[in-house]
Amino acid sequence: MTKTVTDVICPFCGTLCDDLEVVVSDDGKQLLEVYNACAIGAEKFLHSQAKDRITRPRMRQEDGTWKEITYDEAVEYTANMLADAKKPLMYGWSSTNCEAQAVGAEIGEAVGAVMDNTATVCHGTSLIAVQDIGIPSCTLGEVKNRADRVLFWGCNPAHAHPRHMSRYSIFPRGFFTGKGHTGRKVIVVDPRPTDTASLADIHLQIEQGHDYELFDALRVAFKGEKLPDVVAGIPKEKIYEVAETLKSGRFAIIFFGMGVTQSIGKNHNIDAAIAVTRDLNEYTKAAIMPMRGHYNVTGSGQVWGWQFGFPFAVDLSRGFARYNPGETTSNDLLRRDEVDAVFVLGSDPGAHFPFNSVKKIYDLPSVVIDPHETPTSEVCKVHVPVAFVGVEIGGCAYRMDNVPIETRKVVDAPEGMMTDEEFLTRVLARVKELKGV
Amino acid sequence: MAEYLIKNGFIFDPVLGIKGDVADVAIKDGKIVETTALSSPKVIDATGKTVMAGGVDVHAHVAGPKVNIGRNFRPEDKLFNCTPGHGIERMQGGFSVPTTIRTGYNYAHMGYTTVMEAAMPPLYARHTHEEMRDTPILDQGAYPVFGNNWFVLEYLKNHEIENTAAYIAWLLRATKGYAVKVVNPGGTEAWGWGLNCDNVHDPVPYFDITPAQIIKGLIEANEYLGLPHSMHMHANNLGNPGNYTTTLDSFKLSEGIKPNSKFGRDQVMHHTHVQFHSYGGDSWANVESRAKDIMGYVNSHDNITIDMGQVTLDETTTMTADGPFEHHLTELNHLKWANADVELETGSGVVPYLYSPNIKVCGIQWCIGLELALLAKDPMRIFLTTDHPNAGPFIRYPRIMKWLMSQEARDQQFDAFKYKDKVIEATNLAGMDRELNLYEIAQMTRAGPAKSLGLSHMYGGLAPGLDGDVAVYDFNPNEPYAPDDIEKAFSNAKHLFKSGVQVISDHEIANNGNKRTLWVNAKANENPQVMRDIKEKFLRYYTVTLNNYEGSGHYLRNPHVIEVDATQ
Ligand code: SF4
Ligand SMILES: [Zn+2]
Repeated sequence: MTKTVTDVICPFCGTLCDDLEVVVSDDGKQLLEVYNACAIGAEKFLHSQAKDRITRPRMRQEDGTWKEITYDEAVEYTANMLADAKKPLMYGWSSTNCEAQAVGAEIGEAVGAVMDNTATVCHGTSLIAVQDIGIPSCTLGEVKNRADRVLFWGCNPAHAHPRHMSRYSIFPRGFFTGKGHTGRKVIVVDPRPTDTASLADIHLQIEQGHDYELFDALRVAFKGEKLPDVVAGIPKEKIYEVAETLKSGRFAIIFFGMGVTQSIGKNHNIDAAIAVTRDLNEYTKAAIMPMRGHYNVTGSGQVWGWQFGFPFAVDLSRGFARYNPGETTSNDLLRRDEVDAVFVLGSDPGAHFPFNSVKKIYDLPSVVIDPHETPTSEVCKVHVPVAFVGVEIGGCAYRMDNVPIETRKVVDAPEGMMTDEEFLTRVLARVKELKGV
Repeated sequence: MAEYLIKNGFIFDPVLGIKGDVADVAIKDGKIVETTALSSPKVIDATGKTVMAGGVDVHAHVAGPKVNIGRNFRPEDKLFNCTPGHGIERMQGGFSVPTTIRTGYNYAHMGYTTVMEAAMPPLYARHTHEEMRDTPILDQGAYPVFGNNWFVLEYLKNHEIENTAAYIAWLLRATKGYAVKVVNPGGTEAWGWGLNCDNVHDPVPYFDITPAQIIKGLIEANEYLGLPHSMHMHANNLGNPGNYTTTLDSFKLSEGIKPNSKFGRDQVMHHTHVQFHSYGGDSWANVESRAKDIMGYVNSHDNITIDMGQVTLDETTTMTADGPFEHHLTELNHLKWANADVELETGSGVVPYLYSPNIKVCGIQWCIGLELALLAKDPMRIFLTTDHPNAGPFIRYPRIMKWLMSQEARDQQFDAFKYKDKVIEATNLAGMDRELNLYEIAQMTRAGPAKSLGLSHMYGGLAPGLDGDVAVYDFNPNEPYAPDDIEKAFSNAKHLFKSGVQVISDHEIANNGNKRTLWVNAKANENPQVMRDIKEKFLRYYTVTLNNYEGSGHYLRNPHVIEVDATQ
């Protein structure tokens, strides 16, 4: 006999689908099938069932091989590493639940760490832009129920957020959008002919790195002012057409991704994107939303927001919270040799950071907490495998529109494995002992 | 639990009717008791000091999505004010939108022990509860917003009170909410299209209902259920010159409705931050105080309570579920604007704002808030608030007490205005010599709000049986004092007890308390139609499933459930 668990949340991308159905064995130990997820989401669930999964902490030996250690030993190593360090970096926090993030923040406070999340290489620039100019936004249900103009800029949900378009942005029929796809005009701005672009009514194949100019050109076009013949590789007629399309809608939404947050201009691009959205609100209703990647990177920015007041790059090493991206961001710290230990949880900097930074992690005392073996575990001194959040343990996660959803446990973790929160709680207690607080 | 005997303080307690007499207060097992009930208490010498019940805030924005937008998008709000932890205190930061940890401690330092979060978007209930969990010491509850909710709009279009009530009961349970909040009824739904509802008869686009129908219907549904608090109202047309007529129109919708509640309140509508709703004139050039008209109505209708929304003349962060208002504000001051519309339910906006004594309108706003309080006949029905952080941060409450208690302090502020004469011309305050006393302050900050919330069985006074929430201030009302002494003393309680635990000792945080989250579990008759409607809306229009919407409640570490039986 098997059981079906409904309303399961997918702990993979910021789309945070919550309608999955998962079939598990009667004893609740094995996950057999996953329905409704996209391919990458289903893979995440099934991967947790890998037979060769590592289930106990490991410490790297002199000769580079791993030796199994107990969770107690891993707690001891981690707590000592953090307590001894002058300025440890505690990085990641995007693929775990808010409960673990909150405990992690307390550890960071106790040891004077720099807390940083994956926004640092992703939407950190967007967060900076929001501090400059604000952000008119909405929940994804507003898009589903109202939006008739949908603009994707520098993102490719067809690959990175596969169910975004069917659940929220292009295809669904909502309260005021009964015609679904046919009632919406879809615009894609991307230098590449992506799968998302192939669904667009208008594809602006912008010249790489000229996003800022095109945003500005749209602002000019809204006002009906004069444009040069070509901006960012796009003929002005096209720009006027897009401006008119956006203005004539009842509700316009702009989604943007790494193609514009991490290309030349960075946060200034997003300033301009948000200014476009502000301007549009003079004519109609408009909103803008970053396509956040990891399923709970948004949550870590929220937790740190209410605990410290800043969404990423929070330096606690002076005893109080400081925030200065460019100085307190992970790669800048690693490159300048400003941190003396590295703790990673819920991310894979080994795969996503520049080689120089990864090399620094390799040279430092380091611990990685991750259910998987990853490129990061390859360069760390201790690897602590944990239960999968959203599969083997529940907990809160924030969708890309900041909507909090409680993930579900669907199967048991292998015997004796700790969760992120349990491990961190133990580390916190030990750190407090070591620090005498 | 430890027993405490707070000896020889000057007691100000509207519940017992004590107006500054010297007496003792006894605390045992978390409650106030008769002094004879103590066996070996710890004695706190309060000789020469003022003793009151813990403060109760009916309306502040301290937890949840828009508050956190305010924190995260204003690093400048933390410039030079982030502080290290010490003792049992954790790190803190922020001025107008402090971190949750600072929020808890700062309220405690003012002697406050209960704070209600004034607007919880239901879809974001978890977030709100997570923040309240991380706010130390205070008992808290949160008001889910109903005034633009599609279920409510559809039921009230046909005046379906019973269905509305069943839905309210369900939503309070799903979100662990405390009361029925209404913000710009219909206007925020209209804002989904970039529009607004400017007065109570301005129909809501598509939904074929007026704000007046929403307001009246929600009052009736609230009384149908007999909830502890009344419907909690933020009317249409906030912040606009000439809006006092809309406010009066909104008040009038409560006429003839009697409270039906076992919780001891007398009002059927609480109208919040009335300062923002008492403007005459028809432009910013000729805006003027209409506090007299407003208070004329309030004084003669005892089924209404209000709070001030006093402007404190600070740089602050405005935030409200009144989405169109925040857009209007960003167009006026050109500062950054965040907006967060919420599917089927509500919206919100956040904009920084500088209330400058050099700007005439800010001076007029400052006067209006104080006028409301000074014109009040019954201080049990008007509460001291700043609509934190909208008109100013809550840490200014003691400054407001100073202004209310001292004409000299008010005159000092008048003299600091750049356009003093113009401000005086547009307002009535300069001619008012009333000075409130500490008893009246205790009514406005303790007994009154507790009663309005339906919590007078727990909070607001020092009668035996009430919660052991007691504040001791370094203030001797019988000795001469300068106005600033009031502000100083009430900003920094010497001792504070929360549910019988001493959380402040000699001005220092001594304990993180045992915070509770209050929510209302209203049982209404089975209503299959409403349950069908709920299922249908989740299936078709929400982007989360019904099963994922209802909070599991594990964010509420220490819930305090108030049961209401409305089955019949
Ligand atoms: S779109 Fe994202 S959240 Fe949804 S199933 Fe796919 S990976 Fe999971
Ligand atoms: Zn408010």
